[in-house]
Amino acid sequence: MTLSQRAHIVSAYGTELDQLADDIARMGGLVETQLTEALSAFVRRNAAYAAGVRAREKQVNAMYGDIEKSIIRLFALRQPMATDLRMTISALKIASDLERVGDLAKNIAYRGEDMAEFAPPPVLGQVERLGAIVTQQLQEVLDALGSFQVEPALRVWHSDDEVDEHYNSLIADVLTSMKVDSNFVGPGHHVLFVAKNLERIGDHATNIAEAVHFMVTGQHLEQIDTTVTSAGK
Amino acid sequence: MTDALPHSLATEPTTASPTKVVARDINVFYGDNHALRNVSIDIPDRNVMAFIGPSGCGKSTFLRCLNRMNDTIEEARVSGSLCIDGREVYDKSVDPVVLRARVGMVFQKPNPFPKSIYDNVAYGPRIHGLARTREELDAIVEESLNKAGLWNEVKDRLLEPGTSLSGGQQQRLVIARAIAVQPEVILMDEPCSALDPIATARIEELIDELRKNYCIIIVTHSMQQAARVSQKTAFFHLGSLVEVGPTEEIFTNPRDPRTQDYITGRFG
Repeated sequence: MTLSQRAHIVSAYGTELDQLADDIARMGGLVETQLTEALSAFVRRNAAYAAGVRAREKQVNAMYGDIEKSIIRLFALRQPMATDLRMTISALKIASDLERVGDLAKNIAYRGEDMAEFAPPPVLGQVERLGAIVTQQLQEVLDALGSFQVEPALRVWHSDDEVDEHYNSLIADVLTSMKVDSNFVGPGHHVLFVAKNLERIGDHATNIAEAVHFMVTGQHLEQIDTTVTSAGK
Repeated sequence: MTDALPHSLATEPTTASPTKVVARDINVFYGDNHALRNVSIDIPDRNVMAFIGPSGCGKSTFLRCLNRMNDTIEEARVSGSLCIDGREVYDKSVDPVVLRARVGMVFQKPNPFPKSIYDNVAYGPRIHGLARTREELDAIVEESLNKAGLWNEVKDRLLEPGTSLSGGQQQRLVIARAIAVQPEVILMDEPCSALDPIATARIEELIDELRKNYCIIIVTHSMQQAARVSQKTAFFHLGSLVEVGPTEEIFTNPRDPRTQDYITGRFG
């Protein structure tokens, strides 16, 4: 899986780039599962999911370490150029964003364990909706990465506003509920943290969309077209 | 002469770097072999332009047009327009010997004359009458060796043979020899391919220094070298100029798939 249809003359180099693309795809898949299960751990307050997320977080970190090493090696030994350069540098950025998403998913799962002592607050439905939007963003951008498609990456980039709207609305509702009922402060503060984590995951999905766009087109998304910027951001 | 260039072949003007060389529809034949096909390019002054491409692509052939080195090949034929500072290089009134002083050349293998270090540099100014006195000649030799970054290494052994120097020093001596006749354009045909990495780094540092005063065109098989030393890069393939642009763009986002395949190592 590389941007060029033609094989490298040095086949070992081509193999290393293919391996990098596969590693990123696997890491993306793992992080996607992390997010889905972290949301289940929180919304359904399911401790089993939380334990799974905790275990996989170490795996995500290890994958990031391996990918970082292989990218350093590629730069040192192969000096990638053009599409290979863009793919390699984008892979480094994407792996870093995925590692952060994994970390934020773990935080969400932890909050799920803490939520177990409270009755389900009424805003859980909003958390679930925000989580669904962010999960879809992550899925779409990883699909865009796997298929080298710019359009879905652009859609994810534009959908950042939708995340912000849901996030702001959720925060306002939680704060209002806290003011009305002091018993809600305990579960409410967990919801605030989870909402913030989901909003940050949305930002990382946007970053990945930018990296995919650069990888495929060679152009930085925010520099190419002011109409894209003004319409989408 | 064609004035308008397709966008992909037009070199964007660089700030404070007016165009030095303008080539339009240059064709070169070696007998029946059509070695260079309709090459049009603008080359800015006080910049380094790198020519890259696989062997036999025409990059050295084009380089050799710039100082009419192809004149020395009996069956070579050149057509098109090639101007340096607006003056046609192939005009009948142009003396190739004078032209080659204005357009200096450095080759793959250092080629000092079998003379002293001093005489290697002094030879050109002497035959072109650039110095009236010994003092003036001494000053030109010192200045040229200084500009080539060699003075401190050779100032106490100027009468030793040029061939006694190391390969890297010899290459800098040859550059000093080219500089001594006050050139405007310096052509370098794989100037580092016979040098070790340290000597290569010294030449690259020198190229970076020289570009403040000269238009430099370098042919190199090392894409890393092209990336390191040049501001513009041109890719040749099968006798045609495929793409030219800012070096950063050529190495991150080339427009033509042939450039892409070549620089990523997918060629052939």
